[in-house]
Amino acid sequence: MVSTLTRIFGVHNLTLAEDVVQDAFCRALEVWKFSGVPENPSAWLMATAKNRALDVLRRERTARTFAPELGRLIDSEWTLAPTVVELFGPHAIKDDQLRMMFSCCHPRLPEEAQVALVLHLLCGFTVNEVASAFMSGHAAIEKRLSRAKKVLAGSRKLFDVAHANDFSARLPAVLRALYLLFNEGYHGASTESAVRADLCREAMRLAALLLEHPLGARPTTYALAALMCLHAARLPGRIDAAGDLSSLFDQDRSLWDHNLVIEGQRLLDQSASGDELTEYHVEAAIASFHSLAQRAEETNWAQIVLLYDQLMIIRPSPVVALNRAIAVAQLEGPERGLEELNAVDSSRLATYPFYSAALGELELRLGRKDGAREHFRAALALARSPMERRFLAQRVDDCGPDETRQARSLSGL
Amino acid sequence: MSEYIFLYRGGEAGRSPERMQQTMQKWVAWLKGLAEKGHVKDQGQPLERTGKLVKGKQKTVTDGPFAEAKDIVGGYTLIEARDLEQAVELSKGCPILEVEGAVEVRPVMKMSI
Repeated sequence: MVSTLTRIFGVHNLTLAEDVVQDAFCRALEVWKFSGVPENPSAWLMATAKNRALDVLRRERTARTFAPELGRLIDSEWTLAPTVVELFGPHAIKDDQLRMMFSCCHPRLPEEAQVALVLHLLCGFTVNEVASAFMSGHAAIEKRLSRAKKVLAGSRKLFDVAHANDFSARLPAVLRALYLLFNEGYHGASTESAVRADLCREAMRLAALLLEHPLGARPTTYALAALMCLHAARLPGRIDAAGDLSSLFDQDRSLWDHNLVIEGQRLLDQSASGDELTEYHVEAAIASFHSLAQRAEETNWAQIVLLYDQLMIIRPSPVVALNRAIAVAQLEGPERGLEELNAVDSSRLATYPFYSAALGELELRLGRKDGAREHFRAALALARSPMERRFLAQRVDDCGPDETRQARSLSGL
Repeated sequence: MSEYIFLYRGGEAGRSPERMQQTMQKWVAWLKGLAEKGHVKDQGQPLERTGKLVKGKQKTVTDGPFAEAKDIVGGYTLIEARDLEQAVELSKGCPILEVEGAVEVRPVMKMSI
C-alpha cells in the first residue's frame, strides 16, 4: 500500500503515503469494532486507502506537487479517479512494489539500511518488528529507518523499473538485500523462535515478484529463488518436537517440505543458463545436494566440498570457510576437518557460536570429550538466543561429566 | 499555436455504474492521446449538471438546470492547436459525440489594450 501511494504522491511525499496507510488502518479498527471484520479485510483496507488518497489529492493539489509523471492526470477530475483506480489495480500494485524494492536498494544506503527499509515499507513491519528481526534496539532502528527514508525521499523520483540498464545495474543490490532478508529469517537468532519463518516468506514473495518481471527473471534471480526454496524446505525440520534446534545431521528429513524441494530444483534448473556463476548458484547447488539425500549419511560430500571450494573463490568469508571445513570433516574424517577449521581465520568469527561448536563437534567425534566440552562451553557463552543456548547446553552435557573438575572438587582443590 | 476551449454539451445522464466506468475510460484515453501530442494546455474539469443561476441587477438566484439537457455544459478543456480547423479536427475524437452530445470549439479571445 505504501508503495502504491508513494507512486501516486511521489517519493518526496513518502511520509504522506505512510500517514494515509496509518489512517486507513485506524479507520479499519474503528469501523470493524462495530460492524465486525469484513469478508475481505485487505480489499476493504485497499478501498479505504484509495478513497483517502483521492481526498488528499483533491485537497492538496494546489499546495503540493505530487508524482511529476502523473501531473496533469491527477490535476483534473476528468482523469483523477480513473487514474487512481488503475494505480490500485493488481497489476499496477505489483509494479509499484518492484519500484519500491529497487528504490529501497539505493546505492547511497548501506546494506542493512536497505534491508530494514524493505522490511518496513514493503513488508509492513513496524519499527519494533524490524528491530527484533535485526536483534537491535527500537531507537537504533528508528534512527536507521528515518535516515534511510530521508535518502529515499530525497531521490528525485521512484526507481524506473522500465529502464533496462538501470534495472540491471541495481538488480545485484536488490538480490543481495533479499538474500540478507531471507538469511535473517533463516538463521534469525533473534527472538524466542530461532526461525523467523515470516521473514523467509516475505523474501520468497519478493523474489517471486522479481521473477514475474521480464527484466527480473534472470539466471541469478532464479538461483536466489532456488536457494530460498531449498532452504525453506528444511525449515520444518530445523526445530524438533521439543521445540529445540536440530542440526542438519539429526533432522527428521521426512518433515522437509517436498513440494518446496521440487520447486527449488525446478528453479535451480532454470538458473542454469547464461555465463554467470554467482554465489547464489553455488549455495543453491549445495542446498540441493543436501535435499537430495534421504539420510544424512547419503549426502554427496565430495560434491559439496567442491562447491564450497568454488564459493571460496566467488565470495570468500570465514563462515563459508567454516562450512567448508565441516564438509571436509564429513568426507575425510574429523582429523582433516580440524586441520581445516584451525586454518580458518577465526578472528572475524569471535562472536559466532558455531565456530567453537564445530570444533567441539569434531573433538567429540575423535573421542576427546574434555576438549569438546571446552569448545561447547565457549560456544554456549556466545549463544544469541534461548534456543541456541539450549542446543549448546545439550552438547556440553553430551560430553559426559567433567571428570577433572569433579576430581578437583572431590579433592577439595 | 493558439488556445481553444472545448465545451462539452449534452450527452448522457443517469447512466449505470458500468456504463459510467466505460465512458470514463474512453475520456481518459482520449485526453491522454491529446496530451501526448502536446495539445492539452489544461485538462479542465467535468461539471455537475445541477447548480444555481445568478442573474441580473437584482442578482436573482434560481436553481439549475438552466437549459435543455442537450445544451447543458458538462465540462471544459483548454486546448492548444495551430488553428480553428485543427482544433475542430481534434474535437472529433471526443467520446461525447458517441452519446449524442456536442463539442463546442471556441477560440480564446486575445484582448488587446
